[in-house]
Amino acid sequence: MTDSPALVLRDVAKSFGAVVALRSGSLEVEPGSIHALVGENGAGKSTLVKIVAGVHRRDAGTFQLHGTDVDFGSTAESKAAGVAVIYQEPTLFPDLSVTENIFMGRQPLGRGRRIDRAAMYAEAEQLFNRLGVAIDPRRPAKGLSIADQQIIEIAKAISLDASVLIMDEPTAALSGVEVERLFAVARSLRDEGRALVFISHRFDEVFELCDTVTVMRDGDYVSTDAIADTSVDRIVSRMVGREVAELFPKTTAEIGDVVLEVDGLSSLGTFHDVSFTVRSGEIVGLAGLVGAGRSEIARAVFGVDTYDTGSVRMSGKSVAAHKPRAAIRAGIAFVPEDRRKQGLVTDASVARNVAAVIRRGLTHAGLLTNRDENRAAGPWAGRLEVKTSALDMTAATMSGGNQQKVVLAKWLATEPRLLIIDEPTRGIDVGTKAEVHRLLSDLAGQGLAILMISSELPEVLGMADRVLVVCEGRITAELSRDEATPERVMHAATANVTHTGELHQEATA
Amino acid sequence: MSDTLLVEPSAVSPTQRVVGGLLRSREIAVGAVLVLVVVLTTIKNPNFLFSSDGWRDLLLSPSLLLLLAVGQTVVIITRNVDLSVGSILGLTAYFTGKLFVDHPGLPIWVVFLAGTAMGALLGLVNGALVAFGKVPALVITLGTLYIYRGIFLSWAGSDRINAGDMPSDFLALGTKTILTIPVLTIIGFVVLAAVGYYLYTARGGRELYAIGSDPDAAVLYGLPTRTRVLSAFVLCGALAGLAGVVYAARYGTVSSGAGYGMELQAVGAAVIGGVAIFGGSGTVWGAAIGAFLLVTINRALPVVGISDFWQRAVVGALIIAAIVLDRVFSAREERRLVAARDEMRKS
Repeated sequence: MTDSPALVLRDVAKSFGAVVALRSGSLEVEPGSIHALVGENGAGKSTLVKIVAGVHRRDAGTFQLHGTDVDFGSTAESKAAGVAVIYQEPTLFPDLSVTENIFMGRQPLGRGRRIDRAAMYAEAEQLFNRLGVAIDPRRPAKGLSIADQQIIEIAKAISLDASVLIMDEPTAALSGVEVERLFAVARSLRDEGRALVFISHRFDEVFELCDTVTVMRDGDYVSTDAIADTSVDRIVSRMVGREVAELFPKTTAEIGDVVLEVDGLSSLGTFHDVSFTVRSGEIVGLAGLVGAGRSEIARAVFGVDTYDTGSVRMSGKSVAAHKPRAAIRAGIAFVPEDRRKQGLVTDASVARNVAAVIRRGLTHAGLLTNRDENRAAGPWAGRLEVKTSALDMTAATMSGGNQQKVVLAKWLATEPRLLIIDEPTRGIDVGTKAEVHRLLSDLAGQGLAILMISSELPEVLGMADRVLVVCEGRITAELSRDEATPERVMHAATANVTHTGELHQEATA
Repeated sequence: MSDTLLVEPSAVSPTQRVVGGLLRSREIAVGAVLVLVVVLTTIKNPNFLFSSDGWRDLLLSPSLLLLLAVGQTVVIITRNVDLSVGSILGLTAYFTGKLFVDHPGLPIWVVFLAGTAMGALLGLVNGALVAFGKVPALVITLGTLYIYRGIFLSWAGSDRINAGDMPSDFLALGTKTILTIPVLTIIGFVVLAAVGYYLYTARGGRELYAIGSDPDAAVLYGLPTRTRVLSAFVLCGALAGLAGVVYAARYGTVSSGAGYGMELQAVGAAVIGGVAIFGGSGTVWGAAIGAFLLVTINRALPVVGISDFWQRAVVGALIIAAIVLDRVFSAREERRLVAARDEMRKS
C-alpha cells in the first residue's frame, strides 16, 4: 500500500453527449511529488480534474487513490477521501464572510454542535498568515479581486488537509509575490508527503515548481517525463503535435489617423489624469501590475463604469460617459477580462452570442429568427476558426480559447473602429494564443485600432506598436516598440509601488 | 518576504465592530420605523397602544404573518420562494376544524401536531418538486398555490367551520395572555428564536445561506444542496401548517377564503426585513420585524385617517423602498470593500 502512487488514472474516458471531452486520460502521481499537467485548451485537463473531484463520473477507465479503486459520485465523496481541488474559476459565496467560505460544510463545532466562530476566525487568520496575505477574515467575499478570490480558494484547499491537492491554473490571476508564496506552501505540502497536481500554461512556473510533467493532447495522454529530462520546446511540440509557429506574428500595419482620444480621465480611487491616443492600424498595449487600474480605465472608456473628470473622443467626436450603447455606436468594441461573467452568455448558443450585439440590425419586423442569427454569425465564426460542431451549440461547453473567439466574433460583427481587449489570451493554450495574436495583427492590418491590456510582458512587447505602462492608476511611461524593453516596462510599472511585484514572464517562445 | 505581510486585518476593536454592525443593520432600521409608526399613531389616538385591547392587538395581529414570514425567509435564503403558504394555511386551518368536529375530545396538542405535520407534508411536495424536478420554485409553488386551494375548496364546498365546532379551551388560546403577552404571539416568538438560532449557529443553517448565495459553488463544495432545499420547504410548510392551527384558534371560523393572499404578505415582510430576494442574505429577525411593521401599518393607517386605497399603496411603497435601499446600501458596501482593498494594497 505504501508503495502505491497517491493517484492513478488510466485510460479514463468521458463524453458529454456527442462531444468527447476525454478519450484516454492517464495520470500517475506519487506522494511527495508535484506533478505538472499541461496541454492545450480542450486537451481534457479540466475534465480529468473534474473526474477526480467527483463533479463528473468517468465513462471508462481505472481510477485509484492510494492503491484502492474509487468512483466518486459527488464532490463530498472526493473531499472525504482526501482530495482537494482549486478550480480554474473561483467558486465562492459572495454574501458570506471569507472565513465561512473556507470552512463551509466543515465548520469547527463547539458545545451543542454550535459553530465555534472564534476558533474558525483564528484558524482562517493562521491560514492567511501562512500564505502571507492580509485579508480580514470577517469581510464578505463580495468585492474581492480575482487574485484575492484565488487566495481564498487556496486557503480552502490547504485547510482541507488533503493527501491529493489539484490546482487548476491557480496562478492565472496572482502577482509575482503571491505566486512565490503559493509555491512555498506547495513545496512544504510536498515535503509532508502529499501529492500535488499543478495545471498551468506558464512553463517557467512548471519548471520552477514541478518534478514531473504529463502532457495531454486532444483528450489523449501523450507522455510523462521527469522535469530534469525535458525542455520547454519538447513539451510544447508534444502539446501541439507540431512545431510551434511564431508566437507573436505582429506584422507592421500602416498607422493612420487618431481614432481614440482620451484626455485627462480621472476616477476617484481608481485612476488619475489618464491621457492617451490610439490610431487606426495601431496596437497600443496597456502594461502594468495586476490591480494597477488598467481594466478600470478600459471599462471607463467603454462606458461600463463612470468617471469623474476628463473626456473620451472617437475620431474627434466626444463619446457620452457611462453609456456602453453610445460607445458601441461610436464604434468601440470591448472584450472584457472575465469572459464567462462579462463577455458571454454561456447558456446561449454560439450564434446567439455572436448576434447579441447586432440584434437590432437583424430583426425582421421586430422578430428575430434562429436562421437570421446563424446567417449573421456564420462568417465570423468561420473566420475565427471557432471549433464547434454547430452554431447551435451552447457556449458553456466550449474551451476557453474557443469562448474567446466567440466573444471576438460577437464584437467584430458590429464592425468597430476600435477594439479594446483585456487579457486576450488569459487561460488560453499556446496554440490558440498564436491564433488570437495573428487575428489581432490581421485586424490591425485592416485598419482597426486596438487597445490591448495584458499582464504578460512578452505578449505586450511582441504585439504592441506602443506600450503605455500603468502604475497605481497613472500612466508612468509611454514607450515606442523599439524603446520597450522588459526592464524599462518593469521599472515604470513599479515606479511608485512600495512592495515588490513583477509582471509574469512567460518562457514560451 | 516579510514585506508582503501588510497590516493586521482587524485593526478595529471588537466593540467597534459590533456597534458598527448594529448601526448598519437592517433589523435596527426597520425596527426604528416600526417604533415610529407606533409612537405617531399613539399620539394621534392613545388607545392604539394604551388600551388593553390595543396592546394585545399590537402583539397578536402579526403572530400569523410572523410564522409565515419566518418560514418564507428560510426558503428565500436558499434562492427559492414558496407561494403556496397561504393555501397551506387555509387547508390546515380547515383540517384543524374538521379534526375537532370528527374527533371531539382530541387533546389540543395533538391537533397542533397534526396541523404542523400536514403543513410539512404539503411543503414536502413543494420541496421534492423543486429539489429533484429542477423546476424553478416560483413555477412549482404557483402551481401548488392553486392545487392546494382547489383541494380546500372541493373538500369544504360551501361548508365552513364555526366557533361552535371547536372546544372552548382551544378558542381561549386566541385571547389568552401570559404576562400580558398573547399565547399565540409567544408561540411565534419561540419559533422565531429557534429558527434564528439554527440559521446562525448550525452548519445546516449556514449551508442554506451558501446555497442561496451561489448554488453552483455549493455543489462544488460538496454540500447536500437537495436535502437542504427540501428541508427548507418542509420547514416552511410546517410553519404554514402551524399558522393554520393558530388561525383557527384566533378567528374561530374558517371559510374557504382563509389565508387568501397571505403568501405575498409573507414575501413582503421578508423583503422589508432585509431578506435578499435572490438568496444568500437576510435574517429571520428582520423578517419578523418586517411582519410586525406590515401588519401594524395596516392597523395604524385607519386610525390616522388614511383611506383604504392608500393603505395598500403605502405597503407597496414600503416594499419598493426596502428594495431600493438595499440596492443603494449594497452598492455602497461594495464600494467600501473595494476601497478597503485599495488601501490595503497601497500600505
